Amino acid sequence: MTLAAAPQALVAPVVQSVDWLAIAPPTITAVAALLILVADLFVAERRKAFLGYAAIASLVVAVVSLLPLRKADRATFCLTTAPDVCSYTADRFTLVIQFLVLGGALVTALISVTETRRRLPAGEYWFLLLSSAAGAALLPAARDLATLVVALEVASLPAFALVGLRRGNRMSSEAALKFFLSSVTATAVMLLGVSFVYATTGSLHLTRIASRMEDVPGQLDTLAQAGVALTLVGFAFKTAAVPFHFWVPDTYVGAPLPVAAYLSVIGKAVGFSGLILVTVIAFPAHADVWGPAIAVLAALTMTAGNVAAVRQSPTRANSAVRLLAWSSVGQAGYLLVPIAAAAWSGDVRIGSTVAYALMYAVVNLGAFAVVALVARTKPLNRISDYRGLYATRPVTALVLGFFLLCLAGLPPGIIGLFAKVAVFSAAVDAGLGWLAVVMGVNVVIALYYYLQWTAQLFRAPQEAPEAASEAAPARRRAPALVTTAIALTAAAGVVLSGWPQLVLRFAAVDLF
Amino acid sequence: MIDISESVMQFLLAFIVVGPLIGAAAALLPAPPGLKGKSPDQAVLRHGVTVTGAILAAAIVLALGFDHDQPSKMQATTDISWIPALDVRIHLGTDGISLPLLVLTALLTFLCALYSYFKMPEGPSPKAFVALLLVLEGGTLATFAVLDLLLFFLAFETVLIPMYFLIARWGGAGRRPAAWKFILYTLLGSVVMLLGLLLVGLQAGTFDMLALATDNGRGLTLSVQVLAVLAIGIGLAVKTPMWPLHSWLPDAHTAAPTVGSVLLAGVLLKMGTYGFVRIVLPIAPDGMQVFAPYLAAFAVVGVIYGSLACLALARPGSKGDLKRLIAYSSVGHMGFVLLGIATMTPTGVNGALFANIAHGLITGLLFFLAGAVKDRYGTADLDTLAGATGAALYGRAPRLGGLLAFAAVASLGLPGLAGFWGEMLALFGAFDPADGLSRPAFLTFMAIGGLGTLLTAAYVLVVVRRVCMGGPRPAGEARLADVQGYEFAAWTPLVALTVLAGLWPAVLLGLTDPAVQKLLSGGKA
Repeated sequence: MTLAAAPQALVAPVVQSVDWLAIAPPTITAVAALLILVADLFVAERRKAFLGYAAIASLVVAVVSLLPLRKADRATFCLTTAPDVCSYTADRFTLVIQFLVLGGALVTALISVTETRRRLPAGEYWFLLLSSAAGAALLPAARDLATLVVALEVASLPAFALVGLRRGNRMSSEAALKFFLSSVTATAVMLLGVSFVYATTGSLHLTRIASRMEDVPGQLDTLAQAGVALTLVGFAFKTAAVPFHFWVPDTYVGAPLPVAAYLSVIGKAVGFSGLILVTVIAFPAHADVWGPAIAVLAALTMTAGNVAAVRQSPTRANSAVRLLAWSSVGQAGYLLVPIAAAAWSGDVRIGSTVAYALMYAVVNLGAFAVVALVARTKPLNRISDYRGLYATRPVTALVLGFFLLCLAGLPPGIIGLFAKVAVFSAAVDAGLGWLAVVMGVNVVIALYYYLQWTAQLFRAPQEAPEAASEAAPARRRAPALVTTAIALTAAAGVVLSGWPQLVLRFAAVDLF
Repeated sequence: MIDISESVMQFLLAFIVVGPLIGAAAALLPAPPGLKGKSPDQAVLRHGVTVTGAILAAAIVLALGFDHDQPSKMQATTDISWIPALDVRIHLGTDGISLPLLVLTALLTFLCALYSYFKMPEGPSPKAFVALLLVLEGGTLATFAVLDLLLFFLAFETVLIPMYFLIARWGGAGRRPAAWKFILYTLLGSVVMLLGLLLVGLQAGTFDMLALATDNGRGLTLSVQVLAVLAIGIGLAVKTPMWPLHSWLPDAHTAAPTVGSVLLAGVLLKMGTYGFVRIVLPIAPDGMQVFAPYLAAFAVVGVIYGSLACLALARPGSKGDLKRLIAYSSVGHMGFVLLGIATMTPTGVNGALFANIAHGLITGLLFFLAGAVKDRYGTADLDTLAGATGAALYGRAPRLGGLLAFAAVASLGLPGLAGFWGEMLALFGAFDPADGLSRPAFLTFMAIGGLGTLLTAAYVLVVVRRVCMGGPRPAGEARLADVQGYEFAAWTPLVALTVLAGLWPAVLLGLTDPAVQKLLSGGKA
């Protein structure tokens, strides 16, 4: 190192320096994915569970590797000619989103272990899950459009395969195909937008784009605006914003349950963190284009998601997953509100999205974990199957009720309430009164279906003879890892409800 | 009255807010050995009585320790930072405005718990019932004790879920739609209110009610104040309820179990009017001035509408339900409260606060009595009750009949009972409204309100005649049980306080008046 330092001062080296500590979180995940894929060849069939534990361990290590990065912002892969223009930055925003992604993947992994034991091919499953998580962890750190697109694809491509992983299940492969086709279209449109942006600014680095966008030559202005709009499309698809939301319910229902949980949280995190990066860092000059667009998108998304969720019949097969799918579309709408507000009141407001996303990740993963637990005895996954859950499993029912009320944003789900308050205040502060009112109406609509489900939990069980015959499987012991996932998320939700500052502090600081 | 150190007072107030919530969590756990009682049900109901009793005792000690020479000063204050990111502080305190409401809430909840101990409403296990009752109490007490706008919103929302389940699980016919109507209506209102609170807080830079009240709206432009009053006012008006946003109330009251109705009318409605006095009047006075005539107009329409609805229900052959009738009478009474607030004068606001407490006592008692009648007859339908000649409660259950007649005439505002002073002061305030408000308009409102008192008297007397009087009963009829011991225990405090407040109004007005003067003059005085 000391020898290399001397010539560096004279001639700029061609090779960029790498800060391994900064890139550790996605790297650990990616390396673990490859190792597990190779190990799958050598592990005996009955020891496949070992792969799952290895994946969980590697995710824990990846989460722990975030700790040393907390002290200061780090940047790496910087241009040798301009050391302040970097492709990879580990600032506060990056760390929070990476924590969300890796923590979410960890909870997903906990839910998946029993699933892989029974129905899914273990080696492939863990490889794909970890690869996707690696891509999702890379994305918030990316500070140039090429890295951003690569990260987005690394996060998505394994997800298509994960959705279609249930062998011999027509629904599963159809869902995967639907997901794939619509996603690829969105990516193609986004790449077109990226090329427009590159054409007008001559750079892929977000900070350079931002500075050069301000004085784009007049004849290229339309091209620049089109580029901005088209680039946003790809990320809007990932967050499942209207009109790119139709893939969500079928994909969630067709996918294995843990994968649906993964998509609902990490898939969304990928979408909105990319959206934040391009809007706030790359295109602040075009806030007048994307601000109103995202505001309208947010209003349409939350309304479409919540209205569709209300229309779910509780007795239809898979209605529980469908409801969570549509509700996640509605929640995506709330996540977009502070991003739209940032167009008017600066990027401090972005923190409300991050805080809301953390809350949403905890309680939504928790709700999916409970659904996975209940699906073991009631494979139809109807909401009506949850009737009287309190009588058979009181703790599980209370926890699910808590998660649902957090999503609805009513006490005792205090963290849900204050996360919504943070989003509301972002909208009010930016002068987006109409959006705040639309969101208010949506909160009421959403309460209807969340509370309806909650009320089911505490109703008297349907009838005695059926209950008697089902009592035997219901008493079967819950798998330890799923229980751990539920306990982790429930504990996080309760702690956050007592101390909301833990996540809401991101709503009040500049993350970049 | 008695000297209690400030830290003990702080503890008492914090205990009043947090105690019920801890009690609710404890109610879900199995009873510890030694407290198992005769059965798990009995043990948990007794737990409810114990906890609410302890809270009531704490509230009474708090009221005794309260410095009655300085009721306008916030006492027993606690101020801790909770969520710095949103500027939310756990700021508790009580003054002459909130203290009577705290005691009223603690008293009514205790009486409800006591009543349920002997007469558990039909429905699933009492465990959840007690837990929900305690959460409800905690939320209501917190609403009256907090001094931070966002915390107020949190407390306001806390009561929704328990009340929903109380109606939907332990209610009577039509309980499910009624519970939905209740929660969706009030949630929509409170979300709109949240927007108004955020607007105020973000524009003024603080969510602290005391700081905002001291500013007296000086930090807010008129347009912000108008918007804020509109948004906050709608939220509070749904809860109060103000005509025409009242339509959730009759259904909720009719379907709710007895204790649910008592708490709904006795304390939950007061959260709306309390919000008007504590938040809207001092924080956005200019905006309030704009809306005051409209609020007063809606209020007197509510008075007339409530009375006419009651008259229609009381008519023979209209199949009026006694509980529904009392619910509509609440719309009328809360109309007087809103009229008093809309005058923006100390007289009117004092009247409003007095009427608030009086309504809590009297309507609470009325719902208890209506519940008792319904238990005995199996119906609260007036036509079925009265038959051809009248239910003749005086003859069949003289004590019950007497109490019902007492509560009914208290409700019509007989001088000497609690109902009189509040409504008279509210009308008095309308006679001479605050500067800047149109006097002719308020004189008209006063005249219409006065007409409303006449209509109230009319339907109350019709009801008393049909339920309490009647011809001689046929020989073979089964005897009705008269008032039981536990019923006496639950109702006597309400009767006594109704008489006390009627004969000695200064005990309440002495508390509220200095605090109201201070609020209206912008924290100086």
